[in-house]
Amino acid sequence: MGMTMTQKILAAHAGLDNVQAGQLIEANLDLVLGNDVTAPVAIHEMEKMNTKGVFDKDKIALVPDHFTPNKDIKSAEHCKCVREFAYEHNITNYFEIGEMGIEHALLPEKGLVVAGEVVIGADSHTCTYGALGAFSTGVGSTDMAAGMATGKAWFKVPSAIKFELVGKPSKWVSGKDVILYIIGKIGVDGALYKSMEFVGEGIKNLSMDDRFAMANMAIEAGAKNGIFPVDQQTVEYMKEHSIKEYTVYEADEDAEYEETYVINLSELKPTVAFPHLPENTKPVEEAGEVKIDQVVIGSCTNGRISDLRIAAKVLEGRKIDKGMRLIVFPATQTIYLQAMEEGLLATFIKAGGVVSTPTCGPCLGGHMGILAAGERAVATTNRNFVGRMGHVESEVYLASPAVAAASAITGKISSPEDLGL
Amino acid sequence: MKAYGTVHKYGDNVDTDVIIPARYLNSSDPKELAKKCMEDIDKEFVNRVKIGDIMVANKNFGCGSSREHAPIAIKAAGISCVIAETFARIFYRNAINIGLPIIECPEAAKGIEAGDMVEVDFDSGMIYNKTKGTEFKGQAFPEFMQKIIRSEGLINYINNK
Ligand code: SF4
Repeated sequence: MGMTMTQKILAAHAGLDNVQAGQLIEANLDLVLGNDVTAPVAIHEMEKMNTKGVFDKDKIALVPDHFTPNKDIKSAEHCKCVREFAYEHNITNYFEIGEMGIEHALLPEKGLVVAGEVVIGADSHTCTYGALGAFSTGVGSTDMAAGMATGKAWFKVPSAIKFELVGKPSKWVSGKDVILYIIGKIGVDGALYKSMEFVGEGIKNLSMDDRFAMANMAIEAGAKNGIFPVDQQTVEYMKEHSIKEYTVYEADEDAEYEETYVINLSELKPTVAFPHLPENTKPVEEAGEVKIDQVVIGSCTNGRISDLRIAAKVLEGRKIDKGMRLIVFPATQTIYLQAMEEGLLATFIKAGGVVSTPTCGPCLGGHMGILAAGERAVATTNRNFVGRMGHVESEVYLASPAVAAASAITGKISSPEDLGL
Repeated sequence: MKAYGTVHKYGDNVDTDVIIPARYLNSSDPKELAKKCMEDIDKEFVNRVKIGDIMVANKNFGCGSSREHAPIAIKAAGISCVIAETFARIFYRNAINIGLPIIECPEAAKGIEAGDMVEVDFDSGMIYNKTKGTEFKGQAFPEFMQKIIRSEGLINYINNK
């Protein structure tokens, strides 16, 4: 029986010719990632281990991004713990705030992940790198500790669901709308334990940033990973960002999929996920009158340069609604600088928004834009669980940067088309 | 290995943000985390829970963020076992890796209510609802995972290897 793309990558990293869904394997890791919330727990776990050192100082990435710049004393202590560990073990890829960014935007940008690799990260959105044709998945701190010490992790080989994308998305439809649509269709546990394998001619119509946003939210369907085939765009991206050697894996013709969905991108509309689950999706045109207090544009899902460009296009020459709070947080320092040079930041500020330093901040209800009881936000982030952005009685609506920017102007959930764009 | 205790029951898609909200993630001390466990979905849980109690939920328990603080908080709060229809995969690995026993069993998740007294036998995978006099066969762990749980987590397992 043939193997899926994911299965092929896992087999190669386990030193096996063949693997099957359900098989338990131990795979060699190309990169182990942690942040300021999960790494301190992992570091304490590692201290309990007999092995003292890390398996490879070049294959570990430590990115303080959740509560940075340090929100309070406790978070400062956590970052200090990570920093001291990084220096003690000579970790090559430790990023202090001046060179940092949100981990899942930063790692591809720094060229730390390329096609064909196996990556674990103590952060659920580690699945983002599937956009590059790598197998990457979120784990917990103990797995991270074991990974840092041994360079290995155990996996159950996943079965797969195939998403065949055809057609071309219309003007205001982005990768975010595609993935929200898919999660709405299959549910938040629709791909539980499985890999979501995206294929089809429609992929060429999705930019790398679109693909990152889609792979990023595979976890929101319960998936172990989401993965894209490697095409010309992927190769160009990797050449631009990385000097690492990459390996292209392709699914076998006779690979087995539990289900196949055909999705015509040209039929999709700007989409929004209502509280309190990412599966509560509907087209923006059916959202009704939902009054909004805050708009958040950024995160590891949609804080990349093309996201900011789209938002700026909608906001250009306009003012946000009176009483609206618009918070833009570019995902990395490089994106921040690029947005500044392109004049995008000026557009946000002139429209009445604020621009924050790269951080996870409001995305997880950490800091820099917390909601009070009864308040509502449209956010380009990936989760709208109860209390995710603040008070348990606040609400988060997930959408694309275009929809978020349009909503900031009208004060209610809107698409750019409502502005005549 | 056995667990026996009173059941705390929850629904579908209990996410790790409600198990332990991000605003408390500036601590990684199990005792601190235990004090806030389930706060956003069940404020009274921490006052009600007794050592050895059992948590039962429907599908996709532990979805969302990979924070290991979630199973750590549940374990430190005194819970001896979590039974659910299905678990989100990162939570599943994390629970095994820190030595919190969990069992998937859709029938048990349906046939057990809050307050029931339940016994779980990890070796056989059997779940006994003592209050209702019913029993269920849960999914037994593959041997490799049993070894991790018996070693009280992945770190000890690797150390002992
Ligand atoms: S931006 Fe949000 S989802 Fe992404 S890593 Fe940070 S907290 Fe997690």
